[in-house]
Formats: sequence, structure tokens, C-alpha cells
Amino acid sequence: MVANSKKFMNDPDAIVREMLEGFFGAHPDIVRPSSANPRAVYALDGPREGKVGLVIGGGSGHEPAFIGYVGKGLADAAVAGNVFASPAPEPILQAARDVHRGAGVLFMYGNYAGDVMNFDMAAEMAAMEDLTVRSVAVIDDVASAPRERRTERRGVAGDFFVFKAAGAASDKMLDLDGVVAAAEKANAATLTMGVAMSACTLPQSAAPNFHLGDGEMEIGMGVHGEPGISRGPVLPADKVADELVDRILAESGAGAGEQVSLLVNGLGSTTLMELYVLHRRVRQRLDDARISIHRSFVGEYVTSLEMAGASVSMIRLDDDLRRLLDHPCRTAALVVA
Amino acid sequence: MRTTLSAADFVAMFHLVADRIEEEKVRLSELDGVIGDGDHGITMAIGWNAVREILTPELEEKSITDVCNLVARTFLNAVGASSGPLYATALMRGGAALKGREGADGAALAGFLAAALQGLRDRGKAEPGDKTMIDAWTPAATAAAAAAEAGALPAEVLRAAAEAAGKGADATAAMLPKKGRSAKLGERALGHVDPGAASAAVILAAMADGAARP
Repeated sequence: MVANSKKFMNDPDAIVREMLEGFFGAHPDIVRPSSANPRAVYALDGPREGKVGLVIGGGSGHEPAFIGYVGKGLADAAVAGNVFASPAPEPILQAARDVHRGAGVLFMYGNYAGDVMNFDMAAEMAAMEDLTVRSVAVIDDVASAPRERRTERRGVAGDFFVFKAAGAASDKMLDLDGVVAAAEKANAATLTMGVAMSACTLPQSAAPNFHLGDGEMEIGMGVHGEPGISRGPVLPADKVADELVDRILAESGAGAGEQVSLLVNGLGSTTLMELYVLHRRVRQRLDDARISIHRSFVGEYVTSLEMAGASVSMIRLDDDLRRLLDHPCRTAALVVA
Repeated sequence: MRTTLSAADFVAMFHLVADRIEEEKVRLSELDGVIGDGDHGITMAIGWNAVREILTPELEEKSITDVCNLVARTFLNAVGASSGPLYATALMRGGAALKGREGADGAALAGFLAAALQGLRDRGKAEPGDKTMIDAWTPAATAAAAAAEAGALPAEVLRAAAEAAGKGADATAAMLPKKGRSAKLGERALGHVDPGAASAAVILAAMADGAARP
């Protein structure tokens, strides 16, 4: 399958800046820019005295992640890197300074080598300014490493649940330990399996970032096209959903009578129609296992440019996590009333 | 050929690195598309193009250490990613090894490369054989030390490093990646050169050519 390299674009080198300008223009009631930190998005009414500051971030090209999760009840700031590349330490540090209100700052990002290094460098620099920073890297991508090397796993669409839980904990004015504990609890409870149908093309590049043959799909492929678990012919939707759910259920430990929240996420060019077809089967499987769904999210939450494909994320809920997910928030990508 | 390299020579070398990375960016991204996320060449080009912007004649009046620090910071803030922290740390450590020097002779250049390698290892935590840029930088630093020991001039030290880095990069094709990748990827990566090792060889070759300028 040939990746679609046609893009609405003026200049590949300006695309992140122009996207941010568009974002600020579209959501002036939720976010604001900062002239001192042009790669950051700030919540209009997030940071407040005594509240833990929450800074999220990662490469651009995953919209609505990460900028779409900034707002009251969720992140106080997001820092946008170049396309598929972690932001640099300087803008992360500046965001930390800007959202700090005396209760410390939590950095959250997907677990990629680049993000870890840049956020760690920013945290080291923050420590030199006596600014307390903790970090939680999301590790929900089941396919990226086996269970026994879980801490090496990447963060993908499950970012959504983990950020939401931490944002709620911070909005409820928990202290830094409490917010970190909420984030870690959500991180441990969230598992994601993805499947890719076609590649994407980076704005600066003329060629797709990987090759997937006509009529082929790859189970477990990463959101940047990192190779997955198995490649084969495109299967019927129910079989695909089964492949994803099987691996999630095998690991989650969720059993009959338990409750979960689900995210069926499109990677960029997969239709909602298809996502609902996948959700249909995932729901059947959970019904069969007598696992109830507290709330489902279906749509584009963490994308990969125009990649075709989908992921299923499941967070196993207890009362704490359910309350955190139900806590109100108002961001460009998610409103919980 | 020069017996020592000045700050102006470092500026010229970094200029050439920026040019060569731009020329090679498509090849480097294609290598990355096979075993990674396909953006290594683009990322390196963004960083080195930002560096090119700050390589002004005024910079030649500064110390070698200052030039390295400025290049490191510029690269880091333009790039982020993995290459940003890795090369920024390498350049700052390399630059620190040349602190107080007007000019760098062959032995000083070998010291520069050894310090840069240590910076890469401290920041990236990769070991030789992990199929990373370390597999180009390690033989490069070793070859540079041997050349300096034998009394080579700066350009010859860098040439020895560049040749060893090229061989080291080629050798990564036979390696399995060990840094945080799935076992399946390991098999699929066999036969493919690591893009970070390939770009390291490009950088060192450009530095060697820059040092040999008339």
C-alpha cells in the first residue's frame, strides 16, 4: 500500500509552528501561548496555588496528543517536539517553571529513549533551580516488550488514561506523592495493542517511513512504525479485534465481574466506521468474559500522522481510578462534564 | 597539513558536517525506516542546519570549548529526540577536554573523541555490540588514540577515526539490537546497518575532511 504523502502544508520546516498557531486560534477559551516558550501550550485556568503542575509532551504528529490534553482538570502544559521527536530540555524546563505553584511538578510522556533523555535533562536542570520534579513514563504497549521486561515498553494510546488519571489527581489537589501514585496506578492498569495497515510519511520526507505490502497488516506495530509482533494478510475485523483482545486479556488479569474503560483509537486515516466495527467485537469479547465497560472512547486520541490502523487500550478500574477518569476536565480533545 | 586545529578549524569542520548530513539525510532516514521510526536523517538535518546558522565568522574568535558548547546547545534545542541529548553531551564533553587550548594537536583530538564517546555512553547507557552509534564511536576513539600515539597530525587522527567508524557502522548490520526493542525486531534488524552508527561515520568523515582543508 502506498502511503499518502499529500499534505495540507505550507513549509515542512514550519509545520509544527503553524499547527500550534492554528491550535491557539481555535481554542482561545482553553489554552494560551507563551512568547517565552513557543513550543509549549499552557492551560488557561489550570495552574493554581498549591496544585501540582502537570507537564506532558512528546513528538508532534500524534495529535490530538499531546496539546489536546491541556486544560482544566488535565495537563497544565504540553511541550511539542518536532514531528516524531521528543521536545528539547529547554522548553520542558521553561514549562515546569511556568506551571510550578509551590507543590512540585510532574512530567509525563510516553516511554521512548528520546523523551526519557530530554525530560530527564530538564528534570536535572530543574533540580539545580530547587524545583521539585518527578517523572512518570507511560508503558502501555504490550507488543513492544515481553511482560518480564515491562519497564522497556513504549507508551502509546494508553497515555490518554494515564494522563487523565494524573490530571484529575492534581485537580483534586493531591500532593506530588499522591499525583505520582495515581499516575503509576493508572500506568500499571493500562494495556494497549495496536495494528497497522499502512505507513505514514513525515512532512520533511518524500518517502513513507516503512513499507507494508498490499493487503498486509502488522499486529503490534508501534505508532512510529516500529516493527511489531507479526505481519500477515489483512484479516476480517473480528479476527483482528480478537488478536488484540487476546493479548490484552491474557496479561491484564481482569476477570468476571470487574470493570474496565476502553479506548478504540484510530491512528490517523482509519475511519470511525471501522473503529466501531472493532469496538463491536471487543465488546462481545468482554461481555463473554463478563467484564463490564464503565465507559468507552472511540475515535482519534493518539495518532501517527496519516497512518492507517487502530489500537485497543484497556484500563482495569477500581473505585479510585474510576473516580479519576470521571473527574471533570475541559481540554480541546476531551471534555468530561 | 596543520599541526594543530584552531577554533576556526572547528567552525569549518562543523560546517562540513552540516553539509554532509544534509546530503545524506534521505539515506539515513531510509536506514531508520527499516529498523526504527524512519526519521533519523531528518532529525540530524534539522539539528545540523540549525548549527549552520550559528557558525558565523565571529565564532572563530571564541575558544574551541565555547564553539563546541554553542554547537551542542544549538543542536539540542533544535532537535530534542534521542540524537539531541546524545550529541549535545558528546560535544560538551569533547569541548571540555580541550578547555584552555588555543589549538588542538593530534593527541588533543584523540582526547576530544574519547571524551565525546564517554559522554555518549553516560547519556545513552548503550554498550558496544548493542547496535547503536556506540559501535561506530568506540572503534573511532580507539583508532584515534592509536594514530595520536604514533604521532599523527590532527587531520590524520580524524581520518583514522572516520575509517574505523565506517567499518564499525558496517559491522552493525550483523548485530542484534539490544536496547529496549522487541525480540522480533531483533531478527528483522539483522542485515541492516544502524542509522545512528551510519550518521556517526558521516560526521567523523566530514570532520576529517574539514581538518585536512588547505
